[in-house]
Amino acid sequence: MHSSRVSIWFFIGILLAVYGALIASYGCIELATKHSAHVVLANLHAPVWWGGLLGILGLFYAIKFRPGRSGK
Amino acid sequence: MQGLFPLAAASWPHSLPALIAFSAEPLVHLRSLDILIITLYFAMVLWIGFYLKRQSNTSEDFFMAGREMTAWIAGLSFVSANLGSLELMGWAGAAYQYGILATHWYWVGAIPAMLFLGMVMMPFYYVCKTHSVPGYLKLRYGEGARVVAACSFAFMTVLMSGVNMFAMAEVMKVVLGWDLNFSIIVSSLAVAAYVALGGLRSAIFNEVLQFMLIWGGALLVPILGLIETGGWSGFKARLEANIASGATPAGDYTHLWRSLGHFADNPMGIHWTGIVFGLGFAISCGYWTTDFLVVQRVLAANSLRSARLAPVIGSFFKMAVPFIVILPGLLGLVVLQNPDGSLMHLVGQNLVSPGSGLHSYNEVLPLMMVRYLAPGLLGLGITALIAGFMSGMAGNVSAFSAVWTYDIYQPLIVKNARDEHYVSVGRWATVLGVIVSIGTAYLVMNAQGIMDYVQALFSFFISPLLGVVLMGMFWKRATRAAGFWGLLIGILTSIGLWAWVYINPAALRYVALSPDAKAMAENMYRALWSVLVSMLVTLVVSLFGKARPVAELDGLVYGATKLPTEEPVPFYQNEWFWTAVAIAIFVALNIYFW
Repeated sequence: MHSSRVSIWFFIGILLAVYGALIASYGCIELATKHSAHVVLANLHAPVWWGGLLGILGLFYAIKFRPGRSGK
Repeated sequence: MQGLFPLAAASWPHSLPALIAFSAEPLVHLRSLDILIITLYFAMVLWIGFYLKRQSNTSEDFFMAGREMTAWIAGLSFVSANLGSLELMGWAGAAYQYGILATHWYWVGAIPAMLFLGMVMMPFYYVCKTHSVPGYLKLRYGEGARVVAACSFAFMTVLMSGVNMFAMAEVMKVVLGWDLNFSIIVSSLAVAAYVALGGLRSAIFNEVLQFMLIWGGALLVPILGLIETGGWSGFKARLEANIASGATPAGDYTHLWRSLGHFADNPMGIHWTGIVFGLGFAISCGYWTTDFLVVQRVLAANSLRSARLAPVIGSFFKMAVPFIVILPGLLGLVVLQNPDGSLMHLVGQNLVSPGSGLHSYNEVLPLMMVRYLAPGLLGLGITALIAGFMSGMAGNVSAFSAVWTYDIYQPLIVKNARDEHYVSVGRWATVLGVIVSIGTAYLVMNAQGIMDYVQALFSFFISPLLGVVLMGMFWKRATRAAGFWGLLIGILTSIGLWAWVYINPAALRYVALSPDAKAMAENMYRALWSVLVSMLVTLVVSLFGKARPVAELDGLVYGATKLPTEEPVPFYQNEWFWTAVAIAIFVALNIYFW
């Protein structure tokens, strides 16, 4: 793809970063309020770490493939 | 999802009516955070479509994505086009019912064919610069073979798209309680918009996005499942205890090959020869190497090396898919519980009725999501299912658009128009394809019995096409007439065998070579016979005809083509190195789970 075009990885990065932020925020609220959803292994607080992972991955892609950079 | 059906048309574990037979109560209740996540997905795909519209002004851009996709993007799109939501749920259900045998459809039923496409067949597709698989048939065999292949592909693609659309709307209704019309209209409008705007590039971008979402949304389920069971060994211990106590039906749920010595030794009623030659060769190669839906993604690669690497990259991810599909189904055997804490038993769809309180095998994946995923994560999981459906439909209509424009409209209706005209035809073909799909969806809604026939119809064309393409690609002597007759008689053979068993089920013992064979074995052997017949007819007719001059076969046939020399690269960028790694992992996995 030409470098002037926005890479698909940028779109993916943006979406994952937003998803990660939303899910991790929810997880943090759960953690702070001690009101976990009624799911198995809720004590592991998956929304916090899984949302965090998604967010970090998304930020990585969004920054690495941001418009104007030549990375593909 | 679409990918499921060409493959599964011949080998799908459950019929579509069976797949959509869920219990009456919605399984999942979404919260506002889940709805927000789903809405953001729709916004993103439309944004991508509008953004890419500016880059889809020529036919090469619109139909072939400018042939500028990197190996990674083409590879992920290649495997993603086959990774649909109905497939995810159906094979998870099959894993719950049959155990790890279902993994064959991801490993021996995919990996050898994908590597064969990349390393052996792709150079010919790529070098001849064809726009489609029917286009290759035109170059190799002439107009007759192309018209047969193009018309059958175009017709069946939109028909399957509609069937899938209806099935997915049904799934959304029973899993989420969504209205059928809402699901059909919203999803099809979104697909029509982004494919008509951005063409194949938009479809590919969204397939890569969908791929990431599926992993992001579904990967957590097996991870938490393994934590709960104490890992793979813990799972096996609990499963053995359940079987010993009679809580779980007896059977070998964790080995791939041990029970395939005889048809009667496994619940699928399959013999290893059917798996290896029927699934691993006839069905798998037919789908992965000649179905234009998937091949189109690789043809969009930016170089021959990328085109060869793309299926190899895809093969690694395909090998990993059982982790998010088969493993949750297996884990469901030991972790799913009724509200009273007893072990939940999923049942066949014929036993599920409103008020029964029972769930069918196909609900295992949504049930596992509900078990582990908190708000937000659940929305992401559901988004993955929706994304799988939409990208499958996008794959259908983008392939239909290309075949309609290049292989039907251009050669048969308007031959010498300007490039802009064909782009416009492609955009309208996309819209038309979606409209026909919607019409098919509503047709099926009123007569669900036709769904199985549509699936069977698609299977009739895939395997014979493989036989003809292989003969044409690797035998210089194959003639134009042989290609046409090989394809036609191969298709008729497949239809004839299907009709024989349909009219007289006892004929299964002859088609599948055993009185103990079951429907899935019939599909495999039928595909195998139709490939062999199409190859035999091509061979015999060629021997009585005049071969084309070798000079005319440059770029089309092995032995008559001088492939372009590729620049030397470090070993870690070499396609042969990664093919060897993929083969080693494939063999190791099969030995480990033998």
